[in-house]
Amino acid sequence: MATAIVSSARQVGRLTNAARRLYSDVYPKITTHYTIHPRDKDPRWKEVNMERVAEETDILIIGGGPAGMAAAIRARQIAEEKGAEVRVTLLEKAAEIGGHILSGACVDPIALNELFPDWREKGAPLNTPVTSDKFGLLTKTGRIPIPVFAGLPNYNHGNYVVRLGHLVRWLSEQAEALGAEVWPGCAGADLIYRDDGSLKGVATGDVGIAKDGSPKDMFERGMEFHSKITIFAEGCHGHLTKMVSSKFNLREKSEPQSYGIGLKELWEVKPEHHKPGLVEHTIGWPLDKNTYGGSFIYHLNAAEGEAPLVAVGFVVGLDYVNPYLSPFREFQRFKLHPYVKPMFEGGARVAYGARALVEGGWQCLPVPVFPGGCLAGDTAGYLNVPRIKGTHNAMKSGMLAAESAMELILSGEASHDKGVVPTLYEDKLKESYVYKELKQVRNCRPSFHTKLGMYGGIAYSAFSTLVRGKEPWTLSHGGADHAKLKPAKECQPIEYPKPDGVVTFDLLSSVALTGTNHESDQPPHLTLKDDTVPVKRNLGVFDGPEARFCPAGVYEYVPLETGDGQRLQINAQNCIHCKTCDIKDPSQNINWVVPEGGGGPAYNGM
Amino acid sequence: MARVLVGVKRVIDYAVKIRVKPDKSGVVTDGVKHSMNPFDEIAVEEAVRMKEKKLASEVIAVSCGPAQSQETLRTALAMGADRAIHVEVVGAEYETMQPIHVAKILAKLSKDEKADIVIVGKQAIDDDSNQTAQMTAALLDWPQGTFASKVEKTDAGLTITREIDGGLETIKTKVPAVISADLRLNEPRYATLPNIMKAKKKTLKKMTAKDLGVDLAPRIKIVSVEDPPVRQAGSIVPDVDTLISKLKEGGHV
Repeated sequence: MATAIVSSARQVGRLTNAARRLYSDVYPKITTHYTIHPRDKDPRWKEVNMERVAEETDILIIGGGPAGMAAAIRARQIAEEKGAEVRVTLLEKAAEIGGHILSGACVDPIALNELFPDWREKGAPLNTPVTSDKFGLLTKTGRIPIPVFAGLPNYNHGNYVVRLGHLVRWLSEQAEALGAEVWPGCAGADLIYRDDGSLKGVATGDVGIAKDGSPKDMFERGMEFHSKITIFAEGCHGHLTKMVSSKFNLREKSEPQSYGIGLKELWEVKPEHHKPGLVEHTIGWPLDKNTYGGSFIYHLNAAEGEAPLVAVGFVVGLDYVNPYLSPFREFQRFKLHPYVKPMFEGGARVAYGARALVEGGWQCLPVPVFPGGCLAGDTAGYLNVPRIKGTHNAMKSGMLAAESAMELILSGEASHDKGVVPTLYEDKLKESYVYKELKQVRNCRPSFHTKLGMYGGIAYSAFSTLVRGKEPWTLSHGGADHAKLKPAKECQPIEYPKPDGVVTFDLLSSVALTGTNHESDQPPHLTLKDDTVPVKRNLGVFDGPEARFCPAGVYEYVPLETGDGQRLQINAQNCIHCKTCDIKDPSQNINWVVPEGGGGPAYNGM
Repeated sequence: MARVLVGVKRVIDYAVKIRVKPDKSGVVTDGVKHSMNPFDEIAVEEAVRMKEKKLASEVIAVSCGPAQSQETLRTALAMGADRAIHVEVVGAEYETMQPIHVAKILAKLSKDEKADIVIVGKQAIDDDSNQTAQMTAALLDWPQGTFASKVEKTDAGLTITREIDGGLETIKTKVPAVISADLRLNEPRYATLPNIMKAKKKTLKKMTAKDLGVDLAPRIKIVSVEDPPVRQAGSIVPDVDTLISKLKEGGHV
């Protein structure tokens, strides 16, 4: 009887929800960005001088993360070796280098060893060698340990737990010392093409556009950088990479890229819970067997005068099917597991952030070269999923991109007048451990897609690891992540526990910890191709999944000012540049473009 | 035309959540995002506008602090200041540096540089002191126009509109004078990349407080820095009677 009441209450809830969705007839204007409403047709822009200052550089790098920095460093190392005058310019949208970097992170030093054999003497912040690996399958109340030993992809002997933001900052200092120009607070916004269709360069974003899309008094045009080779190192799902991939058809022969969302917190824990060098992963609870994901807990060595820190995070594959799933709330409830919770009691949360991760691997690799430039790092998709590592491949690909660019520039093949395709880069990648690694593990992630879910995935991955990926077939991911979302009426809402404010927290206090901010009087950078689609389709069919998958509370369905019905409210200021919405929107209506430079999170060593 | 000296301070960015150090000696600043004090941005903007209106001949930006203060000075240069002076103050001296020290430094520099107008933000968002402009004016024995929301320069001197509790007060002062910038004085321009690049070529002079004959000996001792008390959750009561009884219980009436 009780269950009948509960289930009929749920049905009534569903019906009123459906009714509310149907009656949203008013669609207020949301999007004002010039990429959706071009300025050349806008009367408010008629008198505005749209000329841009232009500068020439030899190598232009978009993105100041491990890949971009490694590319800048390698290019300048070669320039110094050969006594050549080569200008290297790097643009980074975060206000400070490292500000938008977020990763576990457990790093394989193989690329750093090559880039700086003396990184230890130079003070690179790899302060926590991994001392032990633990892996477990969580059930609702328990944990089944799964042994980790040499040969398994998650065996981390020889690797380091790092705060990637700090490592990137150190790399930036090395890049500048070598003579690279590093410009934080500069967002790469528009692509510039030559008449022959090749990439000529990138323009930084305009500033001083009001929220309604009109020019403000202090409007200033961005500036253009014309380069011989442009390296895009924007991290997972870069917005310029998206444009360039479409323009040059780089993904023609690739499967649609597949992603995960990673959420992370830094905790000060009591000394008795702190085991520096311990690397722990779990799968299973709270996710069901058909939802890919799991947790990481990395114990960092305490720096002088600092409290013992633990990095804890949770990844959910963005190919999840239930629109009621909230990756943020899965992460929060994970910390309540009896095996996990004791570590956080008496501790203090000091940081929070989130970022999408690229998980497609081998099958989803784009062609990484095109006339005038190439792709490096996670934006191209070189993250090794079973090893849960992308930094070493990002750095190595950045180094190879730089080596190729330098060869082409010094030989005179690459020039300002003609955009050459740096095929040399693709060749070097294919010979390197980057491609070899990705090919070897190519079948692990897709093996989770069968009805056996997680169990099938673990079993198959064990087999594939045993035969070192030499099996003669390549499994498919089965389509894009956004297409896998099921309509709300086919799924069950998930009951998440309320935050307790001690170990688990609410979304908005978490967002406050990211330090994110944007100039409020600017067009929302979460642009919608069609302002009516969110209410009509996302809310109507999927019950507004963006309000659940955004880890920063950007998307909210709120009642209309008058009448019944709802509208989508975009709190663009909260955005932490994770890119999940652009990836997972089932209508692919959201197009993330870069906001005014300097905006976004202010991560410190995340 | 006037020579304008602008004081700028590097502070923790206003959107960042402040964390108290576990030993309660201060707040965590290592690796935390910093930016120019917002009121100082307004001060720089006003100085640059004076130059653009040909009321000022030169804008000199000054900052007191560690090496990273140079980033703040570069922003001022990118906004249009002509040159910058970095008074290096580090370590323990920086922790206990107070407006009195900064005021002495600005006063000495104003005399050395023959400044006619000194303009700073009304207060820094980290200590909320609201003292530097006033102390600098006193040390120089110059008139002061604080909380300025409008500044007009005439041949006779300055006409300054001040934001005060009751509304607006307009005063006239002679030059030289000290101004502190309030929120509504102007909307600062962006420091855009072409200007940031040009700024790299502008002069940035480094000196110490000792060079200026200013003693940075601490006037205060920081005893402890603590979080504000955690806000207690409110409760919604069903009717007025319950409200009254709760207020009585809590000893509020």
